[in-house]
Amino acid sequence: MAHSSYVPKTKLGRWFDQRLPIVRLVSDSFVTYPTPRNLNFWYVFGAILTLMLVVQIVTGIVLAMHYVPSADAAFGSVEQRIMREVNYGWLIRYIHANGASMFFLAVYVHMFRGLYYGSYKAPREILWILGVFIYLLMTATAFFGYVLPWGQMSFWGATVITSLFSAIDQIIPNLGTAITHWLWGDFAVGDATLNRFFSLHYLLPFVIAGVVGLHIWALHVPGNNNPLGIDVKGPQDTVPFYPFYTVKDGFFMVLFVIFYLAFVFYAPNFFGNPDNYIQANPLVTPTDIVPEWYLLPFYAMLRAIPSKLIGVLVLVGALLTLLFVPWLDTSKVRSCRFRPLMKQLFWLFAADCILLGYVGSQTADAAWHLGGIDFPLVWLARFGTLYYFGFFWVLMPWIGKREVTRPLPESIAQAVLAKGKH
Amino acid sequence: MGRAILSRVPADIPCPRHEDNTLANATETEPTRRDFLYIATGAAAAMGAGLAAWPFLDQMNPSSAVLAMASIEVDIAAIQPGQQVVFKWRGHPLFVRRRTPKEIAAARAVAPSDLPDGLARNANLTDSAPASDANRVIKPEWLVVVGVCTHLGCTPTVSTPQSPQGSYGGWLCHCHGSEYDTAGRIRKGPAPQNLAVPPYAFTGPTKLKIG
Repeated sequence: MAHSSYVPKTKLGRWFDQRLPIVRLVSDSFVTYPTPRNLNFWYVFGAILTLMLVVQIVTGIVLAMHYVPSADAAFGSVEQRIMREVNYGWLIRYIHANGASMFFLAVYVHMFRGLYYGSYKAPREILWILGVFIYLLMTATAFFGYVLPWGQMSFWGATVITSLFSAIDQIIPNLGTAITHWLWGDFAVGDATLNRFFSLHYLLPFVIAGVVGLHIWALHVPGNNNPLGIDVKGPQDTVPFYPFYTVKDGFFMVLFVIFYLAFVFYAPNFFGNPDNYIQANPLVTPTDIVPEWYLLPFYAMLRAIPSKLIGVLVLVGALLTLLFVPWLDTSKVRSCRFRPLMKQLFWLFAADCILLGYVGSQTADAAWHLGGIDFPLVWLARFGTLYYFGFFWVLMPWIGKREVTRPLPESIAQAVLAKGKH
Repeated sequence: MGRAILSRVPADIPCPRHEDNTLANATETEPTRRDFLYIATGAAAAMGAGLAAWPFLDQMNPSSAVLAMASIEVDIAAIQPGQQVVFKWRGHPLFVRRRTPKEIAAARAVAPSDLPDGLARNANLTDSAPASDANRVIKPEWLVVVGVCTHLGCTPTVSTPQSPQGSYGGWLCHCHGSEYDTAGRIRKGPAPQNLAVPPYAFTGPTKLKIG
């Protein structure tokens, strides 16, 4: 971290600072912290994500006071007790359930922002990797949480996702099955599974909070990247975090909360699946199993591959690929603003993720009817998967070396002031 | 602080030097008693950590109560030809299907070598038994399989002449489109294996013990 500028104002403050400099830490991190003066709207999502983590933990702790993690009682404890009997239980449950969607919405904007402005590039590789860890932990937490209401989608989602491990059978016979039985604590998803998922669902958010601490630490060592992707060269390029970015983050947090609560109050089941209002039945699979929207692109990739083992490897590979991005991008220029070709490929990639999400939301045998010809969507998913991997593993390393980039401005201050003159 | 203390050490006092403390000695001499102690301590600690971790890993495996519930007995007298009844076995659906002569003939018409999964997957036979229809059943009329798609564990939907599911007359898994034939063998789609035949026996003409 940069040199500390905190000066305790009182005698007590000095006494305390010499023994536990926590006020200094907060001051250096969130008050005087020098922040590039040109951060735009897309940089507010870090703060929004912190807010969402707090909201999810607070509402989650309250829900756990009324929830019963048992295959017999879980569904009733959610749908009857929490939704109908507990005072404001319906509100807290809807805040929590929609909060998961908002959390992922914010994290995806945050991740695409990082990709566009090259925020993963040196010296911020660890920052990016910690972010990927947080994302993976979020995915696990959301998956465990979705199982808890013990509806049909909860049960069959849990079955399908844990069965991904049975693909290991095709490498080492019976090992995959042994792992699934170990994960389930039974021969099928059941009471034992539900209990352990509840335990882990309660644990992981605190692990996330810990990694978020590391993420912010790793952010504050090199300082923020910015839309120009060039380094801060001096005090003229920065403004203190308070009040400039506290007020900006605060403003957009309020807008985000309005958007979020619009769902909570007016369309609380918008992101949900009606099948989850049917209690889990181990003998009947719903006709269409669909994961929550934020996992649909990966689900589409899984279904695009006609082999079980390779499908699972592609799914895992798509997630783990993110860890290597800092080294896959060979360009010396960070921001896509100065990378005309990469900018187009980036938007194609964003569109690809949305396309994969769409295909994932459709049935396995869905097709588009174009002028009398059936075009199976599975092929769309195959092209989409190809581009997803091609973007990271082929285009990023290759384009980075060959692309003719546009000239970078001298400094952040110069670019900002030049913009003001026009 | 550290630097200030060091600078006060007079230069003419030789550093106390243990015989194996220098890099040169460490690479040239035989492993010392201290090396042995390091390795022995590390090995004991690793073993202890492994042993201590085992209960925490093994507690997640199916408990003795779960294992005790592992077998069931069912009466199949009421099942009509062409009909499938679903029982619950080890938390999974268990399909008992009374096949029609046409369904049996269809299953027997295909050679095991032409199947995506050439193995019988029958717990009552050896692992290498081929997937001929005869190897999938005990009595040809009765097909008993675990109703868990070998792809990702969904329950496949049964195909009947009135409501065909897939093109092979057996089952279709709606989750990811795997199609099974009238012997419960995978014919098309991402599932890697035939539907599993559980360990079972006829305890009477129309009584089954599964597991």
